[in-house]
Amino acid sequence: MTGLVYYSSGSGNTRRFVERLGLPATRIAADTRVTEPFVLITPSYSDGEGHGAVAKPVIRFLNDPANRALIRGVIGTGNLNFGEHFALAGKIIATKCQVPLLYTFELAGTEEDVARVRQGLETFWTRQRSIGP
Amino acid sequence: MNAQSPVRRTPTRAVNWNRVQDDTDLTVWNRLTSNFWLPEKVPLSNDIPSWATLTDHEQQLTIRVFTGLTMLDTVQASVGAMAMMPDAVTPHEEAVLTNIAFMESVHARSYSSIFSTLCATKDIDEAFRWSEENPHLQKKARLVLEHYRSADPLRRKVASVFLESFMFYSGFYLPMHWSSRAKLTNTADLIRLIIRDEAVHGYYIGYKFQRALERVTEAERAEIKDFAFAMMFDLYEVEEAYTEELYDGVGLSEDVKKFLHYNANKALMNLGYEALFPSSVTDVNPAILAALSPNSDENHDFFSGSGSSYVIGKAVATEDEDWDF
Ligand SMILES: Cc1cc2nc3c(=O)[nH]c(=O)nc-3n(C[C@H](O)[C@H](O)[C@H](O)COP(=O)(O)O)c2cc1C
Ligand SMILES: [Fe+2]
Ligand SMILES: [Fe+2]
Repeated sequence: MTGLVYYSSGSGNTRRFVERLGLPATRIAADTRVTEPFVLITPSYSDGEGHGAVAKPVIRFLNDPANRALIRGVIGTGNLNFGEHFALAGKIIATKCQVPLLYTFELAGTEEDVARVRQGLETFWTRQRSIGP
Repeated sequence: MNAQSPVRRTPTRAVNWNRVQDDTDLTVWNRLTSNFWLPEKVPLSNDIPSWATLTDHEQQLTIRVFTGLTMLDTVQASVGAMAMMPDAVTPHEEAVLTNIAFMESVHARSYSSIFSTLCATKDIDEAFRWSEENPHLQKKARLVLEHYRSADPLRRKVASVFLESFMFYSGFYLPMHWSSRAKLTNTADLIRLIIRDEAVHGYYIGYKFQRALERVTEAERAEIKDFAFAMMFDLYEVEEAYTEELYDGVGLSEDVKKFLHYNANKALMNLGYEALFPSSVTDVNPAILAALSPNSDENHDFFSGSGSSYVIGKAVATEDEDWDF
């Protein structure tokens, strides 16, 4: 199994999801630098028109070419109440970094979301290893 | 604090948005102000032909549901948002709360716009009378109002998040249902604007609740959590009875209840708590989720390999100038 990187603001939904996932994970801070391939989990914070959905710390993290080179997939979170902008940050990152959007869930996720992601990541990394770095 | 005290008088402060102590105040202020809307923006009169296709009973149900929603927005505008004002920890939080209070008034007002566009005066009057006499609806209001009068700011916040993120949804279900049948679609557009606002309100009050929890003892934290789950059980009981009274006649009660369970879990998450209802009872009708979030292919699951993988390369507008690549 390889890395998990996530962003979570003061409301802590993504942090609580990752804690329940029980896998080693790095929370994005000002100077986060990764050295292994990773999947990114990120919420959305758009302005209502869909702008600015990717949180600034996530943009700064991905602006670093060394970090960016190691992203393999993204999991987007949000709230369906935001309609067509649901989990928009995940979609934007998938497009910009040319990696698959692996999964989406709401807020801190349900038990089912935790189980699906835990199992999905395991299969995903196994498949990744079999097709090389 | 004694307002009369001549010695320890603190100066009256002006809110300075160039010195923000809590970034969330600014983020949420920006989001709420950019969300601002008025019912006049939605072409409700386009729903007149569709309204005529509903049976008398369906029309009465719809008017009653919207009157119930009006009542909750009225409570939140005049009591709920104000009940949190004394506990605001930053001047910016006070400003956000005034915005929330005003938008609740816009929500309450917008139901009357729907009524005046679609319904006869006598039917509207009948529904307002019904709302004052209906025991379940009155009990809903009594339960939250009781906690809004609580001396404990944490309890007021719990009550408020439950109103914002849970108690509206027995009502929101119906316009989403009509919209999934291609009925009252403009009305549904308006309701989606309300639903989006409520998400930010529930988020923000839940966020402030979590910050306030950090300042109390472990024992108090345990006590407030017990209170929150007990209150959710009480509210759920009333919501269930209210739902059955309204929706049994159209055979939708069980479908509505799933939506209630799903939203109860989201309300608890806004407070930082775990979900209460298991997934076996939160399997909301996909047509309702699609109505809630049109064009968003809500159940995205690449892991399942069931084909719904996001198409990479489809252009997404990322005008955000902070990107370096
Ligand atoms: C100002 C604001 C804007 C938001 N915009 C979106 C959005 O465009 N799409 C979405 O799906 N969720 C949106 N959300 C919901 C958050 O993504 C969601 O609450 C998430 O769980 C937050 O994660 P965190 O608590 O780990 O920071 C928004 C929330 C706020 C407060
Ligand atoms: Fe409202
Ligand atoms: Fe609200």
